[in-house]
Amino acid sequence: MSLVELKQVTKDYQIGEMSVRALKNIELNIEKQSFVSFVGPSGSGKTTLLNLIGCIDKPSSGEVFVNGTAVNSFSNKEAAQFRGQHLGFIFQNFNLLPVLTTYENVEYPLIMVQNIPANKRKESIMYYLEAVGMTDQKDKYPSQLSGGQKQRVAVARALVTDPKLVLADEPTANLDHAAAFKVIELMRQMQQNLETTFIFSTHDPKIVKEAEIIYTLEDGKLVTK
Amino acid sequence: MKNIFKIAFRNLLRYKRRTLMTSMLIIIGVVMVIVFSGVSVSFKSMMIGSITDSMLGHLQIHKKGYVSSIDNLPLHLNINEKGIKQLESILKKHNDAVDAFSYRIKFGAMLSNFQETTNIRLTAVQPQMENAACPRLVERINGDIPNPDKFIEQGKIIIPENLAIGLKLKAGDEVVLVANNKDGSVNGLSLKVANTIEGLLGPSGRDGFVHIDDAKTLLRINGNEINEVAIRLKNPDNLNGMNKLLAEELSQFVNKQNKPVFEIHTWADLSPFSTIAAIVDLLIITIKIVLIAIVLISILNVMMMSVYERVSEIGTISAIGTLPSKILWLFMAEGFSLAVISTIIGNIIGVLALLLINIAKFHFSFGRMKNILLETSIAPSELISVSLIVIFIAVISSLQPALKASRMQPVDALRHV
Repeated sequence: MSLVELKQVTKDYQIGEMSVRALKNIELNIEKQSFVSFVGPSGSGKTTLLNLIGCIDKPSSGEVFVNGTAVNSFSNKEAAQFRGQHLGFIFQNFNLLPVLTTYENVEYPLIMVQNIPANKRKESIMYYLEAVGMTDQKDKYPSQLSGGQKQRVAVARALVTDPKLVLADEPTANLDHAAAFKVIELMRQMQQNLETTFIFSTHDPKIVKEAEIIYTLEDGKLVTK
Repeated sequence: MKNIFKIAFRNLLRYKRRTLMTSMLIIIGVVMVIVFSGVSVSFKSMMIGSITDSMLGHLQIHKKGYVSSIDNLPLHLNINEKGIKQLESILKKHNDAVDAFSYRIKFGAMLSNFQETTNIRLTAVQPQMENAACPRLVERINGDIPNPDKFIEQGKIIIPENLAIGLKLKAGDEVVLVANNKDGSVNGLSLKVANTIEGLLGPSGRDGFVHIDDAKTLLRINGNEINEVAIRLKNPDNLNGMNKLLAEELSQFVNKQNKPVFEIHTWADLSPFSTIAAIVDLLIITIKIVLIAIVLISILNVMMMSVYERVSEIGTISAIGTLPSKILWLFMAEGFSLAVISTIIGNIIGVLALLLINIAKFHFSFGRMKNILLETSIAPSELISVSLIVIFIAVISSLQPALKASRMQPVDALRHV
């Protein structure tokens, strides 16, 4: 069984009186433990596709299955619960909570999403901080970190709940070349060590080469694999 | 919950200036309410204490219909010996709540110094009973009172200060009282001026005191007759409860027409100061409404700003799986924490301000009462009620912004720049 399966998925956006089709009849299967990239120019539908797989948005038509569950019919609460249990997210702008330290940012999903007791949290948090090389920075706030460091914290936050699937929307877009490669390399290591599936979007041709499977999107259509 | 409050508290500190300004507004509001309540309630209590302890007592019992014609000081509505015994049995039964009571005969008379004559309103009392029911009455009497239980003796009269000045009377002078008894015949009695008495609220008082036995002689009353019983309660806070209880018990006494014989009134029913007391209460309520408005507007404003500025953050925490209910609590906790912290500080400053007022020993005058020391105090229940109002309003005003945050779709929130 595929980890992610999309059947005839379309997504329309209403802009004023005009309807814009962002995704057109997408058929997609992604297997477990794969390292997948969505490539395409701005406006091609990469973020929309990631949002649908990540239960952040709903398709206008078609079906989306993640880990065998039809996620397109979820209520807001069900979608939030599913995301918290099965998915991890990495954002282009890192999106760390500025009032929390590195340690607390990684801890956040364990407390606020999965309600893991305090005595069981520490070991897991320290493991992932060690894995992303941020143990020394654990007491620093996001404002005290570089872009690359922030994204490494975001990777640890995405993985700490032991998700089946991590979705990363343009995770390297705000990083310099060296930092971008380090983050992709880190994601790759995590995918291999933890057997987690990673799907990331990018429009950087150098970064995209790091993916095992590359899907190209153009005007909302999946054109090549 | 601890973590929700930790995040809420840090978010408050994130916008220090805004939090400080909102907090200061709430603190000023709380301090205003505490200081105003402390001063005005203390003033009100002092005034009520003066009125009840030196004039009215807490409760008064009369024959039914007396109070509606009290300005005429009617003698045909006197309570006879049988009635006195009935009242005494009831009041003695409640000696756990009733501290003391005093029998009075109130009547109007003409006072003459043999050259000039004027009218006077007299209260005839048994001094020991009156001193027990109105222990601060003697404070209003000029001159030395060696034994307050004998502040008026037979053959003597205490006259209002202004009448004494007008009639050029002083202690020891002889005067004549002329009064109609209830049959209409005119009688006279020669008395000596014992002392003068200050009016409670102003210089226009015409109230004097005589011994009850002299009144009986003047009014040709044989046996026991009174027209007023002033009652002092052990606990003035129990006023309404005792009023209700005594009214119920007095209702058992009915006349031949099956109508109640007695009526009972609280001091507030008999004194115009109760209106001033009501206005003071109204002012306190007004100040509280202003406080509510301050809290409502400031917290609503700060929370709306907070939500608007953190849309992307709300999108992030929602995307990583935070339930809408927890997002709601995160924002509610911010408003709640701001209110609790501000209220605690406001309470501390408010109580300190009252202490400072007491240390400064402010004095004021009210009517004929001079040099009254303003002793402020505030009941813990008042502090709790003010705090609860602030916190409740803060929670209510946080609700709308918090609901807005919890209902945001992550896809829209993440797109927000």
